[in-house]
Amino acid sequence: MSILEVRGVSFSYKGSAAGKCALKDIDLSFQDNMITGLIGHTGSGKSTLVQMFNGLLKPDSGQILLDGKDIWSDEVKIRDVRFRVGLVMQYPEYQLFAETVEADIAYGPGNMGMSDDEISDAVIKSAGFVNLDPSQLKKSPFDLSGGQKRRAALAGVIAMGPEILVLDEPAAGLDPAGRREILGKIKEYQRASGTTVIIVSHSMEDMAMYCDRVAVLAQGRLMFEGTTPEVFSRYDELVRVGLDVPEITRLAARLDEEGIGIGRDVYTVKYAYEKFTEFLKESKGGGKNE
Amino acid sequence: MTDENKGTPIVSLKNINFAYPGDEDTPPVPVLHDLSLDVHEGEFVAVLGHNGSGKSTLAKLICMVLSPDSGSVIVQGKDLCGDEITEKDIYAARRDIGLVFQNPDNQLVATIVEEDVAFGCENLGIPSKEIRIRVDEALAAVGMSDYARSTVYKLSGGQKQRVAIAGALAMKRRLIVFDESTAMLDPSGRREVMKAVERLNKEDGVTVIFITHYMNEAAMADRVVVMDRGRIVMDGSPRDVFTNVSELREIGLDVPQTTELLYMLKCDGYDVSLDAITVDECTNELKRLTGKFELNG
Repeated sequence: MSILEVRGVSFSYKGSAAGKCALKDIDLSFQDNMITGLIGHTGSGKSTLVQMFNGLLKPDSGQILLDGKDIWSDEVKIRDVRFRVGLVMQYPEYQLFAETVEADIAYGPGNMGMSDDEISDAVIKSAGFVNLDPSQLKKSPFDLSGGQKRRAALAGVIAMGPEILVLDEPAAGLDPAGRREILGKIKEYQRASGTTVIIVSHSMEDMAMYCDRVAVLAQGRLMFEGTTPEVFSRYDELVRVGLDVPEITRLAARLDEEGIGIGRDVYTVKYAYEKFTEFLKESKGGGKNE
Repeated sequence: MTDENKGTPIVSLKNINFAYPGDEDTPPVPVLHDLSLDVHEGEFVAVLGHNGSGKSTLAKLICMVLSPDSGSVIVQGKDLCGDEITEKDIYAARRDIGLVFQNPDNQLVATIVEEDVAFGCENLGIPSKEIRIRVDEALAAVGMSDYARSTVYKLSGGQKQRVAIAGALAMKRRLIVFDESTAMLDPSGRREVMKAVERLNKEDGVTVIFITHYMNEAAMADRVVVMDRGRIVMDGSPRDVFTNVSELREIGLDVPQTTELLYMLKCDGYDVSLDAITVDECTNELKRLTGKFELNG
């Protein structure tokens, strides 16, 4: 059983034109203990869908199941759902508000009713996870750099120890090193904690690097879901719905056309390198400058 | 082409130093150090650099939203940091320069697309007949003619950015600075904006300074300038710049994935050249490598 399941969910925003659905009959099970990427063009329904996961939005029809239980049924308290499913919004640094970084990270755990000892433990652990120096905990969040603020906001959600961590564009606006750092941290956290992680992003390269599985939304519907190489090997379909594949996947497709078959499911540079050198060895001989 | 036969640069920064003032008890934060840069009419210059390297400060100096602590900003031959300069001169120089920001929701002011595109022209006091012509031309140039009467808030991010570009075009800006204008867009939105930028540069001759974190966008420029900690550390064609794989990595940047693959092969001792920066060029380079095999074998 997967911890988070979306069953037949449809939704339209109030006041939108009749028949204009933000989500149409979505069925999707998120695999436990993995990172799933959610991709789709602007307006495809990604952000609407993730706001369903912790009950910020309620489906018009269908169910969101957490551990097999409908989060909107009488036996489930929606407040508990919000503690179990941590949602990190886009540009979360704009939501920092407390006087110190420490107090900001402690806010969520405090609301959960943790004891003071548990809270300070959670703060130190989660700050450590995102590489925030203890000396920064006493600072005002507004005195941190952009990248540090982003990490402080992430720590605030991690401190609540959610079973499911949902991140909407966690690396937007960061430079390549900053992207690698925050996404690397998220992956490290996922692997260490076994949390189910869902990442929404427009960067196909980042998705390819960090996600185990990828789900594709288009016009409010689920197009397909699968392992990262499975999804990116469907280049033509992705482009048709305004998405893309990593540049390296496009290269693999071009090479394939030219009779250099390294497979169309190549999605990272490292994998392309392995496949290509294998290809060279099979077609025997040198090529190296000896 | 040497600098001499390119004529006067449209923008020239000379030995710029700039620091943001600190709070009460903290010292000023230096951002740019003795930075010089010439951009000529018609160029498409991409600016790369890590967060905090000074890219946005550079953009603000070029648009004279900020003025340097020392050094000069020279726009079309006029030194705007000279003693004799009046506010009027700065306004006049600004008329030729547009700025497109990162967030599509931060720069559109009207509710209807064509009204937004006309807004700047109205402020310049251009006759309304002329405005009509300019707005139609500008919307056509960015492929948004069909949306002239649409509501701004219903557009996608890429469409909003193209409306912002149309606004700058309608004002006949000769130089447009893009400050990470594709950062918040989805892949098709980015493609739309890049297409519009290429078109206004190649067909309308608008000079483009394009700040980005995406290496494949920088690869589309004629020239790439790389900043690190307030200084320009590389300046050349995309081909030349992206061959410096390890140096770029050291300052927190990337290279296009195609270059990265070639670099890994080169490190293994394969005879490949690193200056293939597009998928097609890389395909040819790898074809050459495999072809060579068959000959040797």
